[in-house]
Amino acid sequence: MKIEILGTGCSKCKKTKEVIEKVLKNEGVEAEVVKIEDIEKILNYGVMITPGVVVDGEVKLVGKVPDEKDIKKWIS
Amino acid sequence: MVDVFYPLQWIADKLVYEVLGIAPDTHLAASVNFIIYDVLKILILLVVMIFAISYIRTFVTPEKTRRVLGGKTGLQYHLLASLLGAVTPFCSCSSVPLFIGFVEAGIPLGVTFSFLITSPLVNEAAVAALWATLGLKATLIYAVSGVLLGVFGGYIIGLMKMEKYVADFVYKIKVGDQNKKPEALSIKERTAIAFDNVKDIVEKVWLYVIIGVTLGGIFHGYAPEGILATYAGKDNLLAVPIAVIIGVPLYSNVMGMIPIVESLIGKGLPVGTALAFLMAVTALSLPEMIILKKVLKNELIGAFVLVVSLSIIFTGYLFNIIL
Repeated sequence: MKIEILGTGCSKCKKTKEVIEKVLKNEGVEAEVVKIEDIEKILNYGVMITPGVVVDGEVKLVGKVPDEKDIKKWIS
Repeated sequence: MVDVFYPLQWIADKLVYEVLGIAPDTHLAASVNFIIYDVLKILILLVVMIFAISYIRTFVTPEKTRRVLGGKTGLQYHLLASLLGAVTPFCSCSSVPLFIGFVEAGIPLGVTFSFLITSPLVNEAAVAALWATLGLKATLIYAVSGVLLGVFGGYIIGLMKMEKYVADFVYKIKVGDQNKKPEALSIKERTAIAFDNVKDIVEKVWLYVIIGVTLGGIFHGYAPEGILATYAGKDNLLAVPIAVIIGVPLYSNVMGMIPIVESLIGKGLPVGTALAFLMAVTALSLPEMIILKKVLKNELIGAFVLVVSLSIIFTGYLFNIIL
């Protein structure tokens, strides 16, 4: 599984990465977590308000830090 | 009119005079009373306003805004962009993707700016804090003039034909359409989103509210009456531009700023000058300019700062005349 976090480096984007990594660890799920900071790539996903979360190429969440419940749903 | 906030004053009085046992009519009592009353009032209005606006916002996404405004010119679309900006907040780190997304959708530069100017200027948290501190009338004046400032600021920038001062790469980016969520949300989901948002914002700003109110409270209790009327009253024509020039580069949490400004008004700072200062703080900031430099050339950033600052100064004078 590939999880991409879209964001140009604001505090919410960092928090998003932390929460996702925490949930992955707790659930024992292996996934590649990448932070995408390139504006062009972010916009290619159609995301204008960061942070955005993309799981296996599908935009799951835009504009806010995901809560742990959301993340569990995406990775199960 | 019945004062719906009367119970808060009652709580503040009880706490100050009976629980804390501070003698009334002292500077300390005036300060502490002001702090307790203001913090309670701001937090309550914050929760209510953020919930209401967040709920409305579940119907307004930037993707929809792009579709509605694409390729449209005319003052009515500036108004629409400005209103949509008022209900769509974004942190300054999103201003670049948002800007590119709008330009790519064929939204004219001026209409894009109407959105970008109003969005930070009129937001639910600032409106709630203003309502709590300066009352409904000043808040409505702030909100309406904020929206109009976005309309005319964007319109003027549109007239200046500055498209060539947008960084070239902006026109080459293709915005994807993966992020299309046609599914309709249920009332329960919208309520949950709105609650989440209340929690997020209150967590972020409560400390600023308390710091701001405390500083304001100290000023309220100890500064001499009318001190600001003497130095920065309406007859001092330089007061408004100076307030704006101080406010523009200032990057501060507006939630902390509003209670301080309230206490300044209490000591004779004219409301128009105060609102102009708050507008300058929220509408323009140095970090935002630095971020926007990625997509805008200096000429366009200069025009943006100039048009917005002059509009705010004009608005400040206007308030001082009519209020």
